[in-house]
Amino acid sequence: MSGIVLVLVTGMGLGALYFLVASGLSLIYGLMHVLNFAHGAFLTLSALIGWEVAQRAGAGTWGGFALSVAVGAVVGAAFAAATELVLIRPLYERHIEQVLVTVGLSFAAVALFEGIWGTDAVTIAGPAWLKGTTSVLGAHIPNVYWLLMVSALVVLAAIVLFLRKTRYGMIIRAGVENRSMVTALGIDVRRSFTIVFAIGGAAAGIGGVLAMHWYTFVSAHMGASLLIFAFIVTVIGGLGSLTGAAIASVLVAVLQQFANTYLGGTGDLIVVVLLAVVLLVRPRGLLGRTA
Amino acid sequence: MSDDILTVESLRCSIAGQQVVEDVSFAVPATGITAVLGRNGVGKTSTLRGILGLIQRRGTVTLAGERIDHLPTHRVVQRGVGYVPEDREVFAKLTVAENLALAERQRQPRRELVAELFPDLVQRRDQLAGTLSGGQQQMVSVARALLNDNRILLVDEPTKGLAPKIVAEVADALALAAQTVPMLLVEQNLEVVKRLAGDAIVIAGGRVVHTGRAAEILADEDLTQRLLGVHVDEGAAA
Repeated sequence: MSGIVLVLVTGMGLGALYFLVASGLSLIYGLMHVLNFAHGAFLTLSALIGWEVAQRAGAGTWGGFALSVAVGAVVGAAFAAATELVLIRPLYERHIEQVLVTVGLSFAAVALFEGIWGTDAVTIAGPAWLKGTTSVLGAHIPNVYWLLMVSALVVLAAIVLFLRKTRYGMIIRAGVENRSMVTALGIDVRRSFTIVFAIGGAAAGIGGVLAMHWYTFVSAHMGASLLIFAFIVTVIGGLGSLTGAAIASVLVAVLQQFANTYLGGTGDLIVVVLLAVVLLVRPRGLLGRTA
Repeated sequence: MSDDILTVESLRCSIAGQQVVEDVSFAVPATGITAVLGRNGVGKTSTLRGILGLIQRRGTVTLAGERIDHLPTHRVVQRGVGYVPEDREVFAKLTVAENLALAERQRQPRRELVAELFPDLVQRRDQLAGTLSGGQQQMVSVARALLNDNRILLVDEPTKGLAPKIVAEVADALALAAQTVPMLLVEQNLEVVKRLAGDAIVIAGGRVVHTGRAAEILADEDLTQRLLGVHVDEGAAA
């Protein structure tokens, strides 16, 4: 029993991390039809700079931790917004070129990070509580998973509130449905492109700082491995659907954890099989629209 | 020419490299409704979309004497061009109120006018637009264009697929709106054209082949048969 609880809760925590990365991917694809391969780079830079900040502010303190998360969010948002303005916008309506430029950026960014921070993973420290565990029904759950879940819920709630309650949120929801009609109402939809990139970058940035506490190290490559699963989650959830991404994140991660624990470490394989099954049976994903 | 609110000269439009409007020139007077007539697929909708910049276009388009053919769509609309698209294109997952709020461009949108014309929409303001009937969706679509003080409305087949009673309601609303704003109207229902339009232009094969008073064009059986492929008396009333 305690084994199942452990796998379930850690699966949900891992799903929370996937969601932090996938939420931005899904929003960006939904509105702009761009698969953003540079999303992992946003995450990595946020983690690297977040760690620099945490070291200076006191890596073992909650203050230092909170500051590193905030800085991670800002760095992710700024990097993402700059990417949209400088690289994506000049290629307006040229989707293949837009995707390719994000691929190029992801390679260049990793090389740059290696040049600055080195190629080795750096072990990090955080508040002592994060290394502890909490007992639930006999299972000792590492505390970092609670943090991941709470953070993802807060980010999900913040994005949903933004989409429901603000004019820009309304423009984004309308744009996901029918972008040309939004422009035909006299709205410059490009401004909302920068906003979705910034929101996605901020979520990925928070994800990056939390991911390094989950990994207990930070490296120039951490974004790439998470990005693969975030893409899978985005496709399974239905490209462009935030709720779909949230559900698929938890589904994929829990399945992955169960397979890793009870099926001889086959978690990654199972996830790819699930992706194949979804693409065969329901190509638009769980909550995606028909093309 | 000074009486014309919109002029179109040598407009050519293409979608994905395929030419859909060959060479269209016409002028829309500053008052009343001007109908665009023609068989299916001759480029009526594409002409409207070309004026708005929703598809690739070349040629000269002026609004109240100013060129608008180089502007992106949102700027064309901001200059005072309201658009009611074919098939309504309401945002299905947004509420009626949100659909209307998105369309509001000016500080004091004409909400009273919309409420007066379409009281149904006020009652259904919190309903998702995707769950409305076709007629109600058309009201949302027309209302979006009427909320602002536009210089011209481009209205594309507003009665398409609607029940006769709703057709009459939509026509009433357009007639009322036309008292204050000129309109370029694509419409297949010739009874509606007869009732609403002053002038008409006829497009065939991607070009304007005839312009004149709508009533005269529709009265000319040979012309309507040849250019529109219908008998006005039998085939028109939908």
